[in-house]
Amino acid sequence: MTLAAGFTTPSIQYSLISPMLVVFGAAVVGVVVEAFVARPSRYLVQTALAVVAVVTALVLTVLVGLDLPVKAGTAGRGRIAVEGAIAVDGPTVFIWGTILALSLISVLLFAERALEGGVTAFAGQAAALPGTSAEREASTRGLEHTEVFPLMLFSIGGMMLFPSSNDLVTMFVGLEVLSLPLYLLCGLARRRRLLSQEAAMKYFLLGAFSSGFFLYGVALTYGYAGSMNLADIAEAVSGRIGGQVLLLVGIGMLAVGMLFKASAAPFHSWTPDVYQGAPTAVTAFMSACTKVAAFGALLRLFYVAFGPARWDWTVMMGIVAVLTMLVGSILAITQSDMKRMLAYSSIAHAGFVLVGFIGVRSVGSFDDLQLSSVQAVLFYLVTYGFMSIGSFAIVTVVRDSGGEATHLSRWAGLGKESPVLAGVFAFFLLGMAGIPLTSGFTAKWAVFAAAFAGGAWPLVVIGVVLSAVAAFFYLRVIVLMFFSEPVGEGPVVMNPSILTTIVIAIGFAVTVVLGVFPGPVLDLAASAGQFIR
Amino acid sequence: MSFPWLSLALGLPILGAVVVAALPKGGRAALPKVVALCFSLATLAVVAVVAVGFDVGGPRFQFTEDHEWIQVVGAHYALGVDGIGLTLLLLTVVIVPVVMLASWYDGEQGRWSVNSFFAWTLALEGIAIGAFAATDVFLFYMLFEAILLPAYFLIGGFGGARRSYAAMKFLIFSLFGGLLMLGSVVGLYAVSASSSTGPTYLLSQLSQVHIGTVTERWLFVGFFVAFAIKAPLVPLHSWLPDAADEATPGTIVLMVSILDKIGTFGMLRYCLQLFPDASRWATPVVIVLAVLSILYGALAAIGERSMMRLIAYTSVSHFGFIVLGIFVLNTYGQSGATLYMFNHGLSTAALFLIAGYLIRRRGSRLIPDYGGVEKVAPVLAGMFLVAGLATLSLPGLGPFVSEFMVLVGAFSNAWWWGAAAVLAIVLAALYILLMYQRMMTGPTRPEVAGMSDLNVREIAAMAPLLVLLVVLGFFPKPLTAIINPAVADTLQQVGVHDPSPVVPAQAGATAKETHQ
Repeated sequence: MTLAAGFTTPSIQYSLISPMLVVFGAAVVGVVVEAFVARPSRYLVQTALAVVAVVTALVLTVLVGLDLPVKAGTAGRGRIAVEGAIAVDGPTVFIWGTILALSLISVLLFAERALEGGVTAFAGQAAALPGTSAEREASTRGLEHTEVFPLMLFSIGGMMLFPSSNDLVTMFVGLEVLSLPLYLLCGLARRRRLLSQEAAMKYFLLGAFSSGFFLYGVALTYGYAGSMNLADIAEAVSGRIGGQVLLLVGIGMLAVGMLFKASAAPFHSWTPDVYQGAPTAVTAFMSACTKVAAFGALLRLFYVAFGPARWDWTVMMGIVAVLTMLVGSILAITQSDMKRMLAYSSIAHAGFVLVGFIGVRSVGSFDDLQLSSVQAVLFYLVTYGFMSIGSFAIVTVVRDSGGEATHLSRWAGLGKESPVLAGVFAFFLLGMAGIPLTSGFTAKWAVFAAAFAGGAWPLVVIGVVLSAVAAFFYLRVIVLMFFSEPVGEGPVVMNPSILTTIVIAIGFAVTVVLGVFPGPVLDLAASAGQFIR
Repeated sequence: MSFPWLSLALGLPILGAVVVAALPKGGRAALPKVVALCFSLATLAVVAVVAVGFDVGGPRFQFTEDHEWIQVVGAHYALGVDGIGLTLLLLTVVIVPVVMLASWYDGEQGRWSVNSFFAWTLALEGIAIGAFAATDVFLFYMLFEAILLPAYFLIGGFGGARRSYAAMKFLIFSLFGGLLMLGSVVGLYAVSASSSTGPTYLLSQLSQVHIGTVTERWLFVGFFVAFAIKAPLVPLHSWLPDAADEATPGTIVLMVSILDKIGTFGMLRYCLQLFPDASRWATPVVIVLAVLSILYGALAAIGERSMMRLIAYTSVSHFGFIVLGIFVLNTYGQSGATLYMFNHGLSTAALFLIAGYLIRRRGSRLIPDYGGVEKVAPVLAGMFLVAGLATLSLPGLGPFVSEFMVLVGAFSNAWWWGAAAVLAIVLAALYILLMYQRMMTGPTRPEVAGMSDLNVREIAAMAPLLVLLVVLGFFPKPLTAIINPAVADTLQQVGVHDPSPVVPAQAGATAKETHQ
């Protein structure tokens, strides 16, 4: 009785975090489905479950976003929920929406079966060693792992938790929940399994290592601020109580963990290997959604908790941004594998996003009409996500007898073989290069404008020069597709089912529309406002 | 006038490009060509309506349209023409049908279908019209970059053996400049956003925004380098001769006569008006570059063995004249430069196209492979001579007037610039007449002996160019009348005045007459 009296029920605003709950709930149901539903019907049930869950979560996110209250006395909208563990504010809702929209089309890619002769692109039996009779048997029996769908849902849930967490422990939990299923998914490729398993191993080891950094950073920051809560940390930082060293080392360590997930140099080295080895559907999902989640969390952590220490981390982040753009743009030129090239391109894009990230100004130093850094970064993430998933979707359909023909030379003459597909891919590449009338241009404009307005003009200058370098390797692929003669047999464009076609079409449509009429999405990102604490 | 004529002029070719691309691809079928030609002629008609309706004494920008496009960016879909823009619009719509007619069969040797050649040509026309008519910096920048695509595919898809290399070189040069300019465009946003106007890209509002001296200079450099690559100025010119050598004659005409004009047009419209102080600050350097281009282009042309490269180098020289005219910052120079853009577009187009006719007949781009052509193909040789004489600015042909005006402008800025530029007239006579002598006169070479003269289609394509060159040689008034108010307004914004004549009134009056 006395015990019960001392216990107060935590107030959890279920409606506010309902999108996340739906995703996690569906993931759990998915695990149960694996146990109880007969093998032949699992694929259908799991796909339907995942699609329904993501769509429901998306609808709920919109509902949550529609009646987000203005937080009194701040520029932001939203509420702190779950006893201060989760902040559901404008940027959170925007990021949730983005992640869910990108996840929705990724689910379609996961479910594609037409390209591997009636099975998904995931290993028939992951436990069977490559090259053994067990593997051959799994393949002849047409086995497939439908567990990928619940795994994906868990990962999506983690991605939603990560950027919305309002204290460091929740953030760490989010980071792990999003990462662990991804490690597994990376190792599940049906073809080139050794490469895939190597990728998973690398990703796991390096990811665990970076999580260690993150955790150490959490501990040091706690030691400095005496609290895990981002708002309390911000207060401690602006008051500058206690030793500087703890804080600075803590910021550094946390940044390492974050930048690893965002694949920024010098923590990028896993990216090309993992992107290459993972099943392409997973690569698409990872490249888009993980980036959104990681940058969302990065923004929250640095703007909310470490905002008052801006002068301490701006230079460091500036160096990281330059290094990231440099590594991404220059190493991409030397790549001969399409997926690796796109991986380096994704690193370069992380650099461009960081440029926008650095354009932060203190709230109130600009009026509402102006573009804010958060807005620019969020917009960039949307455009990049759709371009990236679209281009990886195209990678899945260009095949030869050994599966996907990812070697660059195999793409020569694709323009002749399949002009429409090559044209769409060229459009994605132009978008990533930031040519006007594609969404990539508006996005690049937005981050550069934010950085310029924030006084980071040297970064803008470096950014535009490196954009020109980056444009070179995108164009090289276009030249290869349209102006080179095919080598040998040439690539074959397999006819995918409607699922992949939808993904490519959506990616293309978003890239065009956001290139010509970016206004509504920019406004939406603007109305997301600022982070709250 | 409420009807959106300029949008129509911009939209028609784009629509045409889509239609032509969608037509069935049937080998030698003439349908896509005819459709494309009709679209380009319809665009010509629309721009003619604009030209007729243009009120010389009216406000600077006419036929204006303004719709808010992206609010947070401050971008508007804003169109409007002044005399300078109208001149270049006219040039564009005249050149495109001529090019189509002259390259009637060129699309057939390419990697792709005939449809795509004509579709890309129309797309290029539409985007160029948009770029000349835009009065919003953001819109202009978008189109300035977007036009690279049709140009790239036209060079890369149709032409000589190393066209892929040439196309890539062109694109890399242009993209580099374009991205530098992006830095400045972004900077303009930041500057305007922190000013009282709020974020805006409208030319009319931006020219009111005060920019700090250092910022202004950097922003100027971003714009100028992009335009100097496009124009092209020495030392950023090296993509042009390669492109000229590899692309089809039609393509290179589109490049030099239309696309490159966006560079010089941009200097006049954007560099000078947005950054007047920085423009005055940069003038000495720019003039040196311009004079360098004039002389280097001319000398390099004399040394060339390939016709196409030779003509490309003459263009480098002429673009030097145009830039010189713009940056001497007086009425003679700038009116002359604008007129020069028009005339150079015509004369170079004529020269490139006739060179293309020759190459099509003989199969070689090298001057030494020809000899005595005038005996077997007199009409061709005659037209070649007229086009060549126009290029060397013979009095009585259009370019003479404009070159003279630019030189007057240069002399009234400082006599040594004028003196240096005048040298190029002598060099021009050398490169054109030497080429003519080597190719057309002398004993007929056996390979040339069976060469046929021009057919009706080829003459029909050339006729408008040559007629315009002659007419403008004697009567440039219609164009100068619409150009002068716009130039006067530009100079007023830059904040310079024409130097008052220091020579006795009579001499001043003669110069004035020419300029009228």
